[in-house]
Parts: sequence; C-alpha cells; structure tokens
Amino acid sequence: MSTPIAECALRLLDEEHPLDDYKGRVPRWCTGCGDSAILAAVQRLCRDEQLAPEKTVFVSGIGCSSRFPHYMNTYGFHGLHGRAMPIAEGIKMRRPDLHVFVITGDGDCCSIGTAHWIHALRYNMNMTVLMHDNGIYGLTKNQASPTSPQGLKSKTTPHGTLLEPINPVSVSLGIRNASFVAQAVDWIPDMLHDIIEAAFHHKGFSFVRILQRCPEFMPGRFDEWVQNPDSMLLLDHADGVKVGPNMAKVYRNLEQHDPSDRNRAREIASTYHPMPVGVLYRNAEMPCYEELRKPDRMYTSGIVKSVLEKEFDKFTINPAA
Amino acid sequence: MSTPALKKKRPGGLPPSARTKQAATKLTPAAKQRHTAPKIKSAMELSEHIVEIISDSGEGAQRCGQSLAVIAARMGNGIWTVEIIPAEIQPPARSIAGGSGNRVRLATNRVTNGGDEADLVVAFNEQVLLGRVREHELKPGCIILLESKWRTDGDPEVEAAYTQTYGELVGSGYVIHEIPMEIECLKYVADARRGKNMFALGMLCNIYSLDMQVAREQIAFIFAKKDQKIVDNNIMLLEAGQAWAEKNLDIKFRIPPSQLSEPQIVVNGNVSLGLGVMASGMEICAMYPITPATSASHFLSEAFENVGGVVHQAEDEIAACAFAVGASYAGKCAVTITSGPGLALKQEVIGLAVMTEIPLVVVNVQRGGPSTGLPTKTEQGDLLFSCFGGHGDNPKVVMAVSDIEDCFYSMITARKIAETFNTVVIVLTDASLASAQQPFPRPNVSEDWMAPPVDQSPIPEGLVPYDWDHRTGLARRFIPGQPGGMHCLTGLAHDRQSCVAYDPDINHESLMHRSLKLAALQKTLKTPPVFGEPEGELLIVGWGSTKGTIEEAVTRLQDDGHKVSSLHLRFIQPMPSGIKDILSRFVQVMTVEQNWSDSLDHELIDEENRRYSELATLLRARFLIDVDCWTEVRGRPIKPGTIVRVANQRLQRKG
Repeated sequence: MSTPIAECALRLLDEEHPLDDYKGRVPRWCTGCGDSAILAAVQRLCRDEQLAPEKTVFVSGIGCSSRFPHYMNTYGFHGLHGRAMPIAEGIKMRRPDLHVFVITGDGDCCSIGTAHWIHALRYNMNMTVLMHDNGIYGLTKNQASPTSPQGLKSKTTPHGTLLEPINPVSVSLGIRNASFVAQAVDWIPDMLHDIIEAAFHHKGFSFVRILQRCPEFMPGRFDEWVQNPDSMLLLDHADGVKVGPNMAKVYRNLEQHDPSDRNRAREIASTYHPMPVGVLYRNAEMPCYEELRKPDRMYTSGIVKSVLEKEFDKFTINPAA
Repeated sequence: MSTPALKKKRPGGLPPSARTKQAATKLTPAAKQRHTAPKIKSAMELSEHIVEIISDSGEGAQRCGQSLAVIAARMGNGIWTVEIIPAEIQPPARSIAGGSGNRVRLATNRVTNGGDEADLVVAFNEQVLLGRVREHELKPGCIILLESKWRTDGDPEVEAAYTQTYGELVGSGYVIHEIPMEIECLKYVADARRGKNMFALGMLCNIYSLDMQVAREQIAFIFAKKDQKIVDNNIMLLEAGQAWAEKNLDIKFRIPPSQLSEPQIVVNGNVSLGLGVMASGMEICAMYPITPATSASHFLSEAFENVGGVVHQAEDEIAACAFAVGASYAGKCAVTITSGPGLALKQEVIGLAVMTEIPLVVVNVQRGGPSTGLPTKTEQGDLLFSCFGGHGDNPKVVMAVSDIEDCFYSMITARKIAETFNTVVIVLTDASLASAQQPFPRPNVSEDWMAPPVDQSPIPEGLVPYDWDHRTGLARRFIPGQPGGMHCLTGLAHDRQSCVAYDPDINHESLMHRSLKLAALQKTLKTPPVFGEPEGELLIVGWGSTKGTIEEAVTRLQDDGHKVSSLHLRFIQPMPSGIKDILSRFVQVMTVEQNWSDSLDHELIDEENRRYSELATLLRARFLIDVDCWTEVRGRPIKPGTIVRVANQRLQRKG
C-alpha cells in the first residue's frame, strides 16, 4: 500500500529491500497449493535481485494463480481471463524500465488466451512468464483444462476427458521466435527458483511452464513424479541452470542439455516419462519487439509540434497571395 | 460508327462529342469550325456541381476523383468527396455492383456533404454506370462521359450490352458523350488501364476550368514516392486528357472559387483522426485491421514514428484493446481504432478499463451491421451499443464527430477527458467520414493539446489508489514507477485500497463514484447551439456525420418558409444540459439517423411495438418527450433532398 514519502526517500538512500518488502497480502490459496512455492521462489528472486518494488509489475489473468499479484508488494495488474500478455506487452512497450512478470494458468494461457500466448512468443518482449499448470480449472471448481490428462473425470467431463492434453512446452518451442522455454515443478523448489532466475535474466520473452499441484481437485495428480525422483529428468547446463551436487544425489537422472539445441529441446519436451525439468531452449540473440519499435530519441512537445506542422504542410492549401 | 441516337441534338443544347477515333477525325463542319477558331469556349458559371468518376475496381477512378477534389480545393473551391466502393477487392469486371470511384461535390462555397444526385459522370464502362443509374444517383439529364471502346469490343455480348445500355440511357434523357479514352491513352502508354484515370482527370480539369499547373503539382504529390518517369507519364496523360477535351468537347463550366482567408488542409476523416492522435500527444495506437477503420492506422503507420509514436498491429481486436490498456496503465493514454465488430470484441477489455479507471480512447469508425454486415458502407448503428455495451454498469464517455475537422479536434478532446476523468472515451465516426475529404482551417498547433509527461513522483503519504472524491468521483491515478504507489489493480470489485472487496457498501460506493465522473464531466459541457430559430414547427436532431446534410436540408426548408431548425449532438454520453429545454420549444421533434427504426406504415407496427432509432430511444427515455425518428439504412450517406422531402411530409402531417 501507500508508503510514507519519508520512508520512500530513506529507501532510495539505502536501497536495501528485505524479503518482507515484496510481500503483499496474505495468500488465500488452499493449503498445499503449489502456487505458494512459486510465490516464495519469486519473492526470493526479487529480494536477491533487489528489484525496486515500484519498478516491478506483475500482470495476471484470471484463475487461482492469477491472484498472485495481490500477494506481491509491487505494482500489480489483475486483469481479464486470458488477456494478461497483451496488457503486459502494452506496459513494456513504453516502459522498458519496468520489470514485467506475467502470471498465468493453464486455462488462462492454453485455452482462452492461446492466441495471445502464441503471439507473445512471437513478439519476444522482455518479460518473465510463469505459467502455473495444475491441469484443472480450480477457481471455477473442477472443470477439465486443455492440459488435463486424458481420462480425467471432472465436473464437465464426468466420463473422463476424451482428448490428449496440449503440451505447452512443445507448443512454445514450435514458435520460431521463441527465445526462452523452460519447465519447472513446484516440488523441487531450488530448481524452481533457479529456473525462474534464469528466466528473469534472459533478455526476451521467457516462458516457464510450472507443474503445480492442486490438492483440492487434482490430489495425487503428480504423485508418480513427486514420489519417485528417478522419474524426473533434470537438465543440467551452464547456459541453462546447473544442478548442484546435493540435488544430483537425489535426482540422479540428469542430462547435459545445451539450451541452444532446439531440436533436442523438442525431443525432451515431448516426453513426460521421465519428466524434464530445466531450461529447454534459450536464444539470447532473438530481437525484442519493444527494442525494434523503440523511439530513436526523446520526443518533446516542441518536436511533436514541428513534425505536425510538416504533416500539415503536405495537405495545406494557402490563400492566393 | 455513330449511332442514330447520336445524330440527334441533345437536350440541353450540348452537341455530341466525337465518339471514336474515326469519328473524331471526321468532325461535322460546324465542329471543324469550332475547333479551328481560337479557343474561346465560354464556360458556363455554376455555383456547384456534383461529379462522379466510376470504373471497375483497380482502374483508378477513386484516385481520379480524390485528385479532382484536391485540385479544386487548392483553387479555393468548396469540396466534399464520397467514396463509391465495392465490397470486394476485385469484383468481376464490367459488373453493375462492382463500380468503384468517387463522387465529388464542387462548389463556390464550403460544402458539408455529398449532396443529392450527380450532374456529370465519367464512366469507364456502361455496366458500372448502370449501377449508379439503378441506385438513382444521377440527376435527370445528367451529362455522361462514357468510354466508347466497348462498342467495338469484338465480343458480341459486350458490344450488345453496351449498345443496349447506351440506348436505354439516351432514351431516359441522359446526355451521353462517348469518349475514346482507351484509344487516346494508347497513344501515350502501353496499358491504358493504368493511366486512363489521369486522362479522365485531365478532361475534368478542362471541363471545370481548373488550373493545370495545380493539377500537375497534385500528380507530382501523389506519386512523390514513385519514379520520376511515373510522374511524367501521368502528367502526360493528364495533359492529353485536357487537350482532348479542349478540342473535342463543348462542355465547359466554371465554378468560381471563393477567396480563402486562411490556409486550409485537405484530408479525409481517417487521416484527420490520425493527425488528431498525433496532436493529442498519445503515443500508442493499437489496432487490428478492419474496414473502414484501418486507413487511419495506415496514415499513422507512416507518420506516427516521427513523433515517437507506435502503431501496434495486434493479433486480434481484444489484444489491441488490452495492449492499449496496458500502455495507458503504465504511461500516457493510448488509443485503439476499430469498427463495429471490433468494438464488440473489445467490450470486456473496455469494461476492465472502466472498472480499473484507466484512461483509454476507443475510436469506432462505424460500418453497416449487424455481424459482418456492410463492411465498406456507412451506418450509425453503434450508438446505444457504445453507450451501454458491456456487462454491468459501465459508464463511459461517448462522443460523435460530425465532420472532417471534428475528427481532428475530437482526438485531442477525447485524450484530455480520458486522462482527466480516468475513463474510457468512445469516439464515433463512420465510413462516410472516413473517406470523405473536406478542407478545414489549418490547425494552430498548441503544445497544450499534448499529454503531460508520465508522473513518476513519489505518492504522497496517506494517499490510496482509489481515493475517490465524494463530490466528483475522481481519484488520482497511480502509475507504475511512482514510489510508494504500489498496489494491485483489479477488475474485481475493490475498495479504496484496491483490495478485492465483495462488501455491499464498498460495491455501492465504487459504482457511485465511477458513475459520478460522468456527471462531473457533464457539468463542464456546453449546451449545443440550435441551427436556426430557437423555436418552431419542427426540430431535426442528429449526431455524427449527418450534420452537414441535415443543416443543408434545414436551410432549404427555412428558405421555403418553414419553421424548421436542427440540433446536432457531439456528446451523447453524458449529454449536455439544456437539451430538454430546446426540444420542448418545437411542435415536433424528429431525429434523422442512419440506423434502423420501424416504420408505422407497416401493418404490423404500432406505437406499442415500434422500435425507435437509437438517438430517439435515448432522448425519449431521458426527457420523456415524444421524439419521432426518420432513418435510412442504405449504406450510403443520406441526401439533403431526402431530408427535405421527409420534413415536408412531417410538417404536413401535423400542420
């Protein structure tokens, strides 16, 4: 909330933001919800990066995960179902000085907002996108989503879903302009943090799909992976995220995957057994739309006036002398 | 080659022109004498004339018409242009519905609309001409300059169609001059299809005694981006047309220009909008291609970057609106430009901007609806939708522009209102204004028009994001980057701290404050002036592009001694004070609009089920006055003569 002006000035002086500076309202997610792990990882990132809260904007859509911005003490924009990305793009276009995060869910991103997601990958604007994927509509109380596993019984699919789920990582990798695609899981918090950190440091549109547990409607959904570390595949690379020695003791299934290898990334993305975690693809050279469209200089009202006069000249008829 | 019909003397005293190349070389003795004599064709002086140039799509009649208008305007004539446009990009050649071109109303004084029927038509084939005849767009006895090549096309069907149409039209009293445009153009260029329009322009310059130097300059301007050779070729054709008409036609008019007192600019409504966007200091225009709005973005795409602006072509209409909302949220007010179907798609995002109180300008260049409707044709069918679209209580400002100049200034006004009241402003224009050209005084650019820099100062202690002022409903907007202003904006019901709140009192309070802003704005609006006497028999009320037409009709009615006045509304929501008072001073009040209303003439329609037009519905609901309506939804601008006829009927009905 609003902060006393004197306190603002003090903060400008010492610039030290403890973790609490990033904590907003008390989260209202269910106990055991994977969103809490993501929130913790993001707050840690903000603290570690010492992001100025007033220069940071979290944009979200609608759904359980999209309550996220309320729980941050930064600027937040909790908008419409599916429309977080175009709103975030509008923000970034004129305000490259702001750190822009997008929080979205599987319904938000892979269903109602799919067109925006595809094109956001194409625009490649510099923002960090965290797609909380629990495979279910939670806020509207238990309807199948595009990422629900085939056969899932829900309120709208009493006999089980008939279709194969969409694979958000594969789809993202299918867009030629995609510059950062990663997958994380809420039950390996250190990897989650490191992947989000890598996403944040990537200049471009960084898309992180986070498998996230919903204890309310999808209990046990990810048990086969949560309970068996050998069912996970950790991607280890200096250009992606490094898997630490302690982690490697638990998760023995590692692959040295170079994130510049898009073809291998596609192969890895297409499998769930084992479940890949890490940076699948990264291309730091992909141009960002906001930079391509950046004004070449500061435009004062004086410049605008003179340009406008030149435009008028093109269409002007003058009285006979 | 000449037909018997051509040998007859034309009514109106204009002799037949040379019809074909052969005919041109075999002039009658009288004609010979005319042409060997020094060229002192006396021009008939007119106060105005309506000219149409019509061709198959892609033959350049539109460019010819627009250029004619600009040349005349440069000479000081009043002009108004109306685009004649088929819905398809490449309709079949020589089809009745495929005519493409321009109507130009030329006058001594300022003109405000396309007028009634045409006085002179240049047609590149007889089928497109027939289309105009069937739509009753030509005056009885209208002069027609018709491409004659079809008479000897070689295809018997084409020749038969031509001869038959020609005969019919002559029989109906039209004055047809067959012109060998193709043959003449082929003397200069290999493909007459590309260039015949300039030949036609040259003829028209001659017929209307326009300054050829101005015409040459105009061509150089049009083709400024092209090779000099293209400019030269077009000028050559222009001059050929001029010379040909001088030699072979005995039609010569002069519409004396009036003396310009100040510089004017000549643009169409969409370019005027684009210039207005630049002048308003807005920096983002997010759009998705849609007819007839897109040409505004075309202009901006060329010019906007020169003032640091960006035209963002989004992946869809919703994204365009959301992008604009995001840009407005983090900076200066942004604009999204669309047409009816796009406005429908944007509704949810517009509601978000209303709820979160983010300034936003939405331009709706209206077209025929519903659904895909008439994409290239004009209509005023989105008034109530703009006012009341969206779910829940969705108070937003709705303005309607009434002419080309207004397109420019409305953008500046809309941006200011949006930022002052942190609200959505919908600006309504339409397909007719989008492509119509009319000169207006060159604006004196003021830096006051432009948006102030984005506020990045710290938020003072104790301020909250929705600190609604109880008297005005206004709250200061917090912009990302402002220290101490961190909060989470939400489309959910929220309290002054921007916390999600489902509390009934808070919901009531926030609804009230958002609504109050319209009342606060309303207190600043001036009562619109009545055109004509402040009281009388009949008041015609209009909004949007019909202003010039209605006022011209009212002037004619007044000249006939009728006590008729008109009122034109620029602000529809909120509506300024004093309107009820104006309405109550007339025996009858009738709106004239281009949206649907049921006619009481139908046996099924009575006072209990009649659907009134949009503005009439609004006025009746607001003022409890028996406002009648007359509407026409034919996809083209209403003619002043039509309004005169309707008004006379109304006056007789109760008189």
